[in-house]
Amino acid sequence: MSVLEVKDLHVSVETEQGTKQILNGVDLTIAQGEIHAIMGPNGSGKSTLAYTIAGHPKYHVEGGSVLLDGVEVLTMSVDERARAGLFLAMQYPVEIPGVRMADFLRTAKTALNGEAPALRPWIKEVAEAMKSLRMEKAFSERNVNEGFSGGEKKRHEILQLELLKPKFAILDETDSGLDVDALKIVSEGVNRAKEANNLGVLLITHYTRILRYITPDFVHVFVDGRVAEEGGAELADRLENEGYDRFLTDTSVA
Amino acid sequence: MTVVTTPEQLGATAHSDGGWGEPGYVPVQTRSARFSSVHHDDFPAVTGLESDWKLTPVKLVRPLIDGPLDGSIYDYVADIPSGVSIEWVDRDDALVGRAGTPEDRASANAWSSFDKALAITVTSEEHVNVTVTRSALGSTPRAAHTVITAKANSNSTVILESSGPATLGENVEIVVEDGAKLTVVSLQEWSNDSSQLSSHFATVGRDAFLKHIVVSLSGAVVRLNPSVHLAGEGSDAELYGLYFADAGQHFEQRVYLHHLGANTKGRVNYKGALQGVGARTVWVGDVLIGPDASGTDSYEQNRNLVLTEGTRADSIPNLEIETGDIFGAGHASATGRFDDEQLFYLQSRGISEAEARRLVVIGFLSEIVQKVGNSELEARLHSAIEAELSLTAGVTTAGVTQ
Repeated sequence: MSVLEVKDLHVSVETEQGTKQILNGVDLTIAQGEIHAIMGPNGSGKSTLAYTIAGHPKYHVEGGSVLLDGVEVLTMSVDERARAGLFLAMQYPVEIPGVRMADFLRTAKTALNGEAPALRPWIKEVAEAMKSLRMEKAFSERNVNEGFSGGEKKRHEILQLELLKPKFAILDETDSGLDVDALKIVSEGVNRAKEANNLGVLLITHYTRILRYITPDFVHVFVDGRVAEEGGAELADRLENEGYDRFLTDTSVA
Repeated sequence: MTVVTTPEQLGATAHSDGGWGEPGYVPVQTRSARFSSVHHDDFPAVTGLESDWKLTPVKLVRPLIDGPLDGSIYDYVADIPSGVSIEWVDRDDALVGRAGTPEDRASANAWSSFDKALAITVTSEEHVNVTVTRSALGSTPRAAHTVITAKANSNSTVILESSGPATLGENVEIVVEDGAKLTVVSLQEWSNDSSQLSSHFATVGRDAFLKHIVVSLSGAVVRLNPSVHLAGEGSDAELYGLYFADAGQHFEQRVYLHHLGANTKGRVNYKGALQGVGARTVWVGDVLIGPDASGTDSYEQNRNLVLTEGTRADSIPNLEIETGDIFGAGHASATGRFDDEQLFYLQSRGISEAEARRLVVIGFLSEIVQKVGNSELEARLHSAIEAELSLTAGVTTAGVTQ
């Protein structure tokens, strides 16, 4: 069983006002098959954590490490991290004009497996996964994310999660902007991927709404670039009632 | 007290376009007011400072601008379906001179020099494909003249393929008669030392449709200027371009779309990629909406993707509107490097950087390839782009080796 460990992670970004420290020593351990919810107010560094683990060049690691089964992830290129078993479902997936979804999915699968999947079973698998996410067949002929609605983009992210079968998935505010039907469909997809592949999930969210459909084993409250409190699913219920106010200190508001 | 200031005092200096020193000189303001003539000598000598030449390597194409040109007929290969005729016609044939008149000295030089025009005439109302291939023009400077006539209500795709060595000045006339649908694809895959100055003149009749696609992939200098006149009411034109310039290649296209009739529609979309030191592209897009072109719907854009250091892409959109009653008109231009977010997205799915770049470039150019509408040619263009990209991959690998 694989383990993803984040140890004392410090991260900064360059802004117009100069270097800004975002993460101030994050510690997290996620085992395969576990669902961890990361909750926190806007600007607390949740997305920074997601993109840093995935390797986005915008984020500078000042210290700490991210280990996958004891191997340092931070020195890997973005694609190496994906091939090691990490997946990031993005909040705002980018459009890639001229690249058909079907070609993109097959190229990604080929890159991850080291060889092209057999055509017939692959087409069948894609069709079934699309069906369970209530995506029209015609989708696979469209260009990657081009002209997709917000909900379609999120479904496409979860489609990839189900087809690419990573060990760990980071879901960056996958619930934002979804109506309740889409939220259920997307959540079912995440639960299926967990059951099928013993997926470990880092579920980043601002709201507790998605936790009605995806039950977390652990909840971490993120404030000011570090984990301020940890607990089980009951902590989410408390946040639902109380909000984040009690975590907001003067410094974090400033 | 009267204060007299001179332009020099205000910081204005003589414009480099030329002609400004002459007293009473007024530059041409409106695109349709440019001088035109079929006679070479009617045009002043080209210095290379003129606005329509200053981005062109004039030295390299001087023989085409001023030199003697061999105007004899040449060999071509074509499969001719029924409903299409191809023949050499005399200079004074009624087919010649219907679509336009040269607006520069090189175009006039070619017009003055050709012996016979190659006339491609389509009458078929069922859609037909015609491919005309010329691959052995030779490096002696020569002139050519082609006339494509899509008769009323005809429907066709005419592909003009050029390869091999050439030093060519030419004019291509395109007449789309009322109700006709015509796609013209001009594909330039010349040998590396070839040069070509080409002017395309098109006139589109009532409720007629022209799709015009320029694809330039190789040659030292390819300057191809399409001028399209939407003359008939309800006429429609889509003008596309795809170019991929490597080191030492200059690809230039000056596109002119003239809305004359009412309720006409025009779309211009040119996309280019540049790689290698000295790769050079020029796109100038002039759109003129005339006083009678009420209800016009027009949009033009140019996008360039810069793949390596040392390239230069010029992109100049111009829009003139002479009527207040239009449906819409716009233009856009962007030249840039790879979108890092696209690379990140693809790489985060396990796709290597090199493969991600390949996908992004092919995707970028595919938008134009998909417009061709001929699956055989589309497949060929895709492989040609792949071949170009394998050159970049070599460059990138060499640069990244640690």
